Amino acid sequence: MIFTIAGKELKALFASPLAWVVLTVIQVITGYAFLRRLDDFLQMQPRLVQMASPPGVTEIVAASVFGTAAALLLFAVPLLAMRLIAEERRNQTLVLLLSAPVSMGEIVLGKFLGLAAFLFLVVGLAALMPLSLAGATRLDYGLLAGLAVGLALLAASFAAVSLFVSCLTVHPVAAAVGAFAALLGMLLVGETAAESLRGRGWAVAAAFAQVLSPVKNFEPFGRGVLDSYPIACSVLLIAVFLLLAVRQLDASRLRG
Amino acid sequence: MPEPEAATTISARGLTRSFGSHVAVNSLTLELKRGEVLGFLGPNGAGKTTTMQMLTGNLAPSRGAIGICGMDLLAEPVAAKTHIGYLPEVPPLYRDLTVDEYLLLAAKLHRVPRVERGPAVSAAKQRCGLAGVGARLIGALSRGYQQRVGIAQAIVHGPDVVILDEPTAGLDPNQIREIRGLIRELGGAHSVILSTHILPEVETVCDRVQILHHGNIVYSDTIAALKQFHSGGAVLLGLRRPPPRLDEITALPGVAAAERIDATLIRVQFAAGADPGEALAQQAVARNWGLYQLKPAQTSLEDVFVNLTQSEEGA
Repeated sequence: MIFTIAGKELKALFASPLAWVVLTVIQVITGYAFLRRLDDFLQMQPRLVQMASPPGVTEIVAASVFGTAAALLLFAVPLLAMRLIAEERRNQTLVLLLSAPVSMGEIVLGKFLGLAAFLFLVVGLAALMPLSLAGATRLDYGLLAGLAVGLALLAASFAAVSLFVSCLTVHPVAAAVGAFAALLGMLLVGETAAESLRGRGWAVAAAFAQVLSPVKNFEPFGRGVLDSYPIACSVLLIAVFLLLAVRQLDASRLRG
Repeated sequence: MPEPEAATTISARGLTRSFGSHVAVNSLTLELKRGEVLGFLGPNGAGKTTTMQMLTGNLAPSRGAIGICGMDLLAEPVAAKTHIGYLPEVPPLYRDLTVDEYLLLAAKLHRVPRVERGPAVSAAKQRCGLAGVGARLIGALSRGYQQRVGIAQAIVHGPDVVILDEPTAGLDPNQIREIRGLIRELGGAHSVILSTHILPEVETVCDRVQILHHGNIVYSDTIAALKQFHSGGAVLLGLRRPPPRLDEITALPGVAAAERIDATLIRVQFAAGADPGEALAQQAVARNWGLYQLKPAQTSLEDVFVNLTQSEEGA
């Protein structure tokens, strides 16, 4: 049942122009970042050769491509997620799901997975760019895989947060703006709060801040570090916001 | 399906829903048997849609219990919902899907087994006159066809209870006739609840009618009983000091039945061919019941409707 809903979401995404526009824009901009960075790398190469342990092409080019994609997802995911609940409520089509013998959990998970599948496609397309260099040079596949996993987790975190915000309102645009604000807030929190809290020795508060800052959890992947801590933090963030979304949907059934 | 004849498919007891201090539906009770069509009448804002939302699990009641085919909708919503088909006021249509895709999705969501989905979709399309438009986008269909897709969506899984919220709203007269025919047909195998404010619709389509006003059921009877009033005589007897027991009225020669409508109003049904109006008046005066009204009872649904939903407004 979850996959039925996920499939429906995916189909609805591709039936709307929004998904294609988002894919195009992300592809064009990451493509530009890729070529630009590749150019930089080629110019730096004579100097890199003289270094003791120079950064490889993957570290310089791929990390930049994935970083650009991550920044774009910050804008794109709220737009894609606003359709999930808010727009369905607005069009009064959510009734179809609510009257069907499907639990709230299944609805939320289905919608989340549908959006996540679309975002994984974005991650896959971003990975194709550095992979296109495979014939010309030796790539660090470990780092590339780490980056892909990290970006996928980041995208899924964005999706979970945006899905929750989408449950809060019937106005799609308000949902998108709200989700964007929430994600941006988390980004700022992640930049500062986690470190400074840890610096003061408040480990528990720092851990909370870390959970709430998906971008912070993405960073280690960019350095080629595969750490279980940020992965666990991301998974926890996703779980918490999906649970909140279920509760919110349930509450609107009670509240009317 | 070896279902027992006339099994109760839907029952609601003491259904109440309030929004803040506003009571939208107050202690509503209804019961429906297989094969019955119940008409839900009421002016706008009477609580029809709220009731239907509660019966389909879209809205949690503040109080009360709902049973669907013996299952408690509130305790086991998923199991109970497989037996319900619901067409809300605004059909929940995905405009970007084709009719076939959409009905297939509805069948999947209602847990129709994989092998039965194809036939179920074709059957629903057949019944709703959608056979020729399966490949068209829903958004490109006319209003009447969209409404039919909405009904098809509600019956694709062969539910025991079909709940239709104003299914003929916004349709042209020909479409209304077709939809009515379809509802009549559905009444054969399913229980149907339909809400409307078009009175002839109820008279032609429904077996029973309930009138809802300010969240309360103000009238509940079968259409057959209503038609009986039409043929037989009945009066509304208004008594300031009505007798505590109605036996005193029913004992009069020529009176078939009497029932209280409210504190001072009593509807007196005459036996065939009899006209005990004079006797009633004499009796009322003799026993000092405070007779203030003796008039022919409503003879059509419209009279009932207008009387019940306007008299309170003026009060």
